[in-house]
Parts: sequence; C-alpha cells; structure tokens
Amino acid sequence: MLVAVAVFPGTNCEIDTKYAFEKLGQDVVLVFHKEEKLPEGTDLVVLPGGFSYGDYLRSAAIAKFSPIMKAVIEFANKGGKVLGICNGFQMLVEARLLPGAMKRNENVHFISQFHHLKVIANNNTFLKKCAVGELLNVPIAHGEGSYYIDEAGLKELYANDQVLLTYCDENGNVKNPNGSVDSIAGVCNKNKNVFGLMPHPERAIEKILGSSDGVKMLEGFIN
Amino acid sequence: MKVIVNIQLKNGVLDPQGKAVHHALASLKFNEVNEVRIGKQIILDIAESDKASAEKRVTVMCEELLANTVIEDYTIEFPAC
Repeated sequence: MLVAVAVFPGTNCEIDTKYAFEKLGQDVVLVFHKEEKLPEGTDLVVLPGGFSYGDYLRSAAIAKFSPIMKAVIEFANKGGKVLGICNGFQMLVEARLLPGAMKRNENVHFISQFHHLKVIANNNTFLKKCAVGELLNVPIAHGEGSYYIDEAGLKELYANDQVLLTYCDENGNVKNPNGSVDSIAGVCNKNKNVFGLMPHPERAIEKILGSSDGVKMLEGFIN
Repeated sequence: MKVIVNIQLKNGVLDPQGKAVHHALASLKFNEVNEVRIGKQIILDIAESDKASAEKRVTVMCEELLANTVIEDYTIEFPAC
C-alpha cells in the first residue's frame, strides 16, 4: 500500500506517521504542501498533526487552500481514503470534508496526556480491527480539540455510524478532556472514506511508547 | 479603504476564553459583569473606493477564510476615518 503523508509548514508529526506505517510494512511518501498532485497509486492520504501555517487565524484554516489540499479534496471526493490526525482532523472539518467544527478546549489548556477511547462504530475501514465498545489507550495533544456539531448534525452522525471514537476513562465511563460534544474524539464522513480523530494513534505503536493500541487502528487501512 | 471585520462565536456556542476572563473579572470584584464573550477583530486595508463592492468582496473573504461559519458570526464595518 502507498501512503502519502502531506507536510505543511508547521506540521510536526509527519516522521512519526511515516515511521508507524513503515513499521506496518507499507510504502510511505512525504508530500510537500506546494505539490499539486498526489503520488501515482496513492492508496491512503494522511494529514498529520502539528500546527499548519502556525494555526494563525484558526487551527488549519489556511491549510485548506494549499495546492496539495486541492488534490487531497479531489482524491477524497473520488472515494480515496483520507485520515486526518489532530491538526489533520482540523483540516478536514475546515475543508468541509467532515461535518462540524473544532473549538478551543473547554478548560482553555493545551492537553498532552494518554487518554482512553471507546470504539463506537467499527463498520468502516479505519476501525474494522477493533470491536465496538473496545477501549484503546492513545495519547492526545491539542489546544483546540473540542469537537462541535449542532443537534441535527449529531443525530445524523449517529444515524450513519459516523461517530467512531469517544473519550472515556479506563473503565469505559465518559471522561471528556476538552468539552467535545458527546465526548466525541473521532468521526468519519457519510461515505466512510474520510476519517478524522484528535488522538494520535501513530504515537501508540510500540510498548516502549506506553501503548501499542494505535497499531490496530492504523492496520485497518492495510488489506 | 479600511474595513473592520469582527468575528464572534455564535450565540449558544460556549466561549471558554470568555468564561476564563469572566472568572478573572469576578475575582477582581467586578461583580457587575454578567457575561464575557471574546472575539477577534481583523482590520483590512483594501484597494477599493466603492463601499458596496468592498462589502461584497469582504463578505466572500469572511465566508471562505476569515470566519468558520459553522461556529462563528461576523460583522463588517467601515470606520469613519
């Protein structure tokens, strides 16, 4: 599988993401934001974490106009698989490839810690290796990760199994670190080819990192 | 021509920054403050002399980039000077 990891000025998780997919035996290409095309044969595009364009104005507001994002949006609209992690998730909502919007954390703090997640839906590529209700322990690191969507939008998300992950404690009880609507940590689009989450599965791929729960998540993309 | 764009979180959307400042004001005994909402102001200097067409262009700028209309409202003002 060929994974294209897009790199923007201010992106800082591209190497971790590349390492994670290479460790899973995949070919990974870093693609600079000024490129207008994705590599031939790209199977998955990953928008990694960081602070694209310094997060000036709003998180990821400027990234959506970069040349590579035009190609990514086209790729996604044609059914290509796209995964946005953290700042990448923010890019996907800003580009309207995913519904909703991202707000500053409710407690106004930048949060960097391991956090448990609950799998809400697994009838999708991303989480197909996980069981519904399964708990995963994956780091989060964000200042603007409070997911917002209005009530009608939220209903629609649940109706289509688009809510993928919620934040919880180690026993699976609701524990919301940032004020996200319904403690949502990750969603996908209606067609289930665009996935976004605030936690960092690429930082949880080896026991020595504190958890390897991210492997199962990323493996979902590998046939 | 100077154009001022004010961007605010929509009514009903929680503003954590405003809440923090509200608490700080209360701890300084400014108890008369009922609520604080924090927005941002973007001042544009644009090469345009016609107000109506300037407003049209700035509206597009707001919709495309300056505001996230899922959670934010914006107003466009023309300062007197």
